[in-house]
Amino acid sequence: MFKAKVLIKRRPSILDPQGKAVEKGAMHLGLTNIKDTRIGKFIEFTVDTNNKQAAEKEVNDYCYKLLANPIMEDYEFTLEDVK
Amino acid sequence: MKNKFGVVVFPGSNCDHDAYYALKKFFNADVNFLWHKEHDTQKSDVIILPGGFSYGDYLRCGAIARFSPIMNSVIDFANKGGIVIGICNGFQVLLEAGLLPGVMIKNKSLQFVCKDVYLSVENKNTIFTNKINNSKSIKIPVAHGEGNYFADDETLKSLLDNNQIVFKYSSKDGNFSEESNPNGSTENIAGIINKNGNVLGMMPHPERACDPVLGKTDGRMFFESILSSLN
Repeated sequence: MFKAKVLIKRRPSILDPQGKAVEKGAMHLGLTNIKDTRIGKFIEFTVDTNNKQAAEKEVNDYCYKLLANPIMEDYEFTLEDVK
Repeated sequence: MKNKFGVVVFPGSNCDHDAYYALKKFFNADVNFLWHKEHDTQKSDVIILPGGFSYGDYLRCGAIARFSPIMNSVIDFANKGGIVIGICNGFQVLLEAGLLPGVMIKNKSLQFVCKDVYLSVENKNTIFTNKINNSKSIKIPVAHGEGNYFADDETLKSLLDNNQIVFKYSSKDGNFSEESNPNGSTENIAGIINKNGNVLGMMPHPERACDPVLGKTDGRMFFESILSSLN
């Protein structure tokens, strides 16, 4: 069995109004060195197989078809063996 | 024979009855609800994906609804030239399904916007707009948190080249400015069609602008256009 951890980031060319708004909060806190705040997603789940190649394919399908929208987001993932 | 409209009901749809009501009451149309778990489009001539918060807007708006069983039939129907309309959340579902180009992101203001807006009709030569005779704009309400349409330069050029931009947010006089853009959409885009012209997505709600009790009836011209195209 594998533990998958997926990180989804918005492409640099896509606006992130949420990140901008949150960064205003940093300014109000006096954290003046904070720049370029971008908000993404972190998703974790298990993959019930012992075949790493099959797990990678399934996670990639999950990311590409559902978890991320490839038009505006990039994703990366790690698989950890948790037998 | 009466034209048949099918209104898809996803868990979390909440404008399905608005569409049903407007079509039944003001156009005496034959309207059926299409449950998301079904595959049968019940011989609909027109399929409407209504507004709402399908699957709680989890992950991304429309991302999960796009994989509902009924959507396979809707995609098939659209690819065969069937008329499909996505209103608000329905527009988001069409984008996620790849039936229309581009993506929807959070409103620039980060606020949910619920108000009447004016739309300039950029292409009156479509199934959805051929009976709209207002010269400058039409008044239709919006109600959304993620209606900020984004398309990259290449997609935008293709939309312009193929005359796919149907509605743009404007002033009452039909002029464009940042003030008339309620969500920060690229080029003030409020509604687009696919290249074949049979699939339309729009953030504003024409079904909520049919009953005079609600103070505006410009939405009727939208449905009149579709009915006229069908007959």
